[in-house]
Amino acid sequence: METFNVFEKIFGLNFLSALISVILPLVFLIIYALIAILGELKISAWIQERLGPMRTGPYGILQPLAEVVKLIQKEDIVPAGANRLLFNLAPYVIFAGSFAGFAVIPFSAAFVPAEINIGLFYVFAVGAFAVIGIVMGGWASNNKYSLLGAMRSASQMISYEIPGALVILSAAVLANSLDMQKITTLQDGGFWNWFLFGGPGNWTKIWIIPFTLLLSLIYMIASLAETNRTPFDIPEGESELVAGYHTEYSGMKFAMFFFAEYSNMFIVAAILTVVFLGGWTSPFGTFMGGFWWGIFWFILKAMFIVFIQIWLRWTLPRVRVDQLMYLGWKVLLPFSLVCFIVISLYRIIY
Amino acid sequence: MIDYFKNVWTWFYTILLGMRITLKHLFAKKVTIQYPNERYPIPPIARNRLHLDPERCNGCMQCARICPVQCITVETIKVVPIDPEKPTMFDGSPRKIWVPRYDIDFAKCCFCGLCTTVCPTDAIKHTIDFEYSSYTREGLIYHFSNMTPEKIEEKKKLLAEWTIKEKALKAEKAKQDSNVSSNEVN
Repeated sequence: METFNVFEKIFGLNFLSALISVILPLVFLIIYALIAILGELKISAWIQERLGPMRTGPYGILQPLAEVVKLIQKEDIVPAGANRLLFNLAPYVIFAGSFAGFAVIPFSAAFVPAEINIGLFYVFAVGAFAVIGIVMGGWASNNKYSLLGAMRSASQMISYEIPGALVILSAAVLANSLDMQKITTLQDGGFWNWFLFGGPGNWTKIWIIPFTLLLSLIYMIASLAETNRTPFDIPEGESELVAGYHTEYSGMKFAMFFFAEYSNMFIVAAILTVVFLGGWTSPFGTFMGGFWWGIFWFILKAMFIVFIQIWLRWTLPRVRVDQLMYLGWKVLLPFSLVCFIVISLYRIIY
Repeated sequence: MIDYFKNVWTWFYTILLGMRITLKHLFAKKVTIQYPNERYPIPPIARNRLHLDPERCNGCMQCARICPVQCITVETIKVVPIDPEKPTMFDGSPRKIWVPRYDIDFAKCCFCGLCTTVCPTDAIKHTIDFEYSSYTREGLIYHFSNMTPEKIEEKKKLLAEWTIKEKALKAEKAKQDSNVSSNEVN
C-alpha cells in the first residue's frame, strides 16, 4: 500500500501542514492519557473485584479529568536546597523526550508526522531522553530517595535497552529496513504476514516463528522495564523510596511526569505494534483495510498492548534489584542474541 | 544448564498462571456495595439507635436503673384521681404515671440492649438506624417525651392540689378514726 502524509497532500508541504502534524499527536496523547488513567483505575479495581470510581459522571468516566484538574490546582513546591534550574527543567525534558517519539509513529498509511527512513533508530534515540530527565529530577531534588530512584532507573534502563535494541535489530534484519512505514507495509495482507508469525514469505518461515514469538516476548518485558512499570517499578517503589525520582514534585510538574509515563507506555506499545503486530494493517487482508480503518487497527492493537501492561501491573509483585539485573543480563540478553543470530542466518540462507 | 532453562520456564509459566487468575477476577461479579445508594441488609436483632414509644411507657424507670452507663434520664409525675383526662395506656388500662421527661444520651449509650430486655411494656426498642451524628454533644441527647411544657405545668399543679386535698382528707379520716376508736374505748 502506498504511504503518504494526508495533510501534506491537502495543504502542500508548508508550515500549516507541519503544525497540524505536530498538534494532532499531542491531542491524541492527551485523550489517550485520560483514557489510560481511567483504564488503570478501572482495571485495577475490577481485578480486585471492586467497582472503581463510580461518582464522577456515569460509571465514573470523568474521574481522570477530575484528577488532572486537582493536580493543576495544587501548590507548586520547590524544596529548599534544590537546584532550581534542573528541578524545573526535568519534567519538561522527560515529557519532550517521550513526545518526540510520536514523530515517527505511523497512525495510518496516510498519516505519520515525520516519515524518516531511520524511524526505529530515532525512537530509541529520543527514548533515552527519559533517562536524562529522570536523573536530572532525582539529582536536583536534593533528596536521597529521589537520587536512589534516579540511579536505579538509569541502571535499569541501560540494562534493558540492550535486549530491546537487539530485538529491534532482529526485526530490522528481517524487514531489511528501519523505516516504520516500510516495516508496516511489508506486513500487509493478513495476520499471517505479521512479524510475530515470521513475517511475509513462503513456508520456509515456519522455523523462525518460535524465535519471532520469543523476540516479541523479550521486547514486551524489556519495554515494561524501560517505562518503569510493575513488575520493574523499583525506581519508584512506594514501600522503599516513597515515590522515587518524583518524590519532591507536586502539581503540574508531577502531572508532567505522570503524562510522560503514560505516553512512554503508548510509545513502546506502538513500537511493538509496528514491528510485530503489523501496525495499521488489517489482520484480515483487504477486509476492513484502508487509510481510515488503519487508524482504528493501529489504536486497537496499541491499546491492547497497553491493556496487557496494566493487566501485568495488577498481577505481579515488584522484583528485587538483583532479580531485575539477573533477568536483564543473564536471561533476556542471551535469548535475544540467540534469536538475532538465528534470524540473521535465515536472512542469509533465504 | 538444565536448571537454568527450567528456572526460566517456571518463571514464564507462573506469570501466565497469575495472569489467568487475575483475568478470572477481572470478569467476576464485583463485591462493592455503593453505600448510600445500596445497603447491606441489617439483621433483625441488630442493636442500633434506641426509640421510645411514649404511649407505651408506664414510667417504671427500670430502664434507667439497669443502664450500665446511666445514659437514660426519666422524670415522672403521678396521675391523680381528680385528673379530668382519665388517661389510659395503650391497652386501655388506666395510666398511673405521666412521663414528662425521657432523655437518652447517645454519646454515652453502649448499645448493650439491657433497657429493652427489662421494659415490661416493650416501649423502648432498637431501631435499624445507625447513621445519626451531630456537630454538638447536646445534639446527641434525644428527647422522647411527647408532653408539652404547658401540660407538664398543669399536671404538676394538679398533683400539688391533690397532695393538699389528700392531706386534708387524711387528717379528716384520722380524726374520724380517732373519734371512732375513742368511742370504742369509751
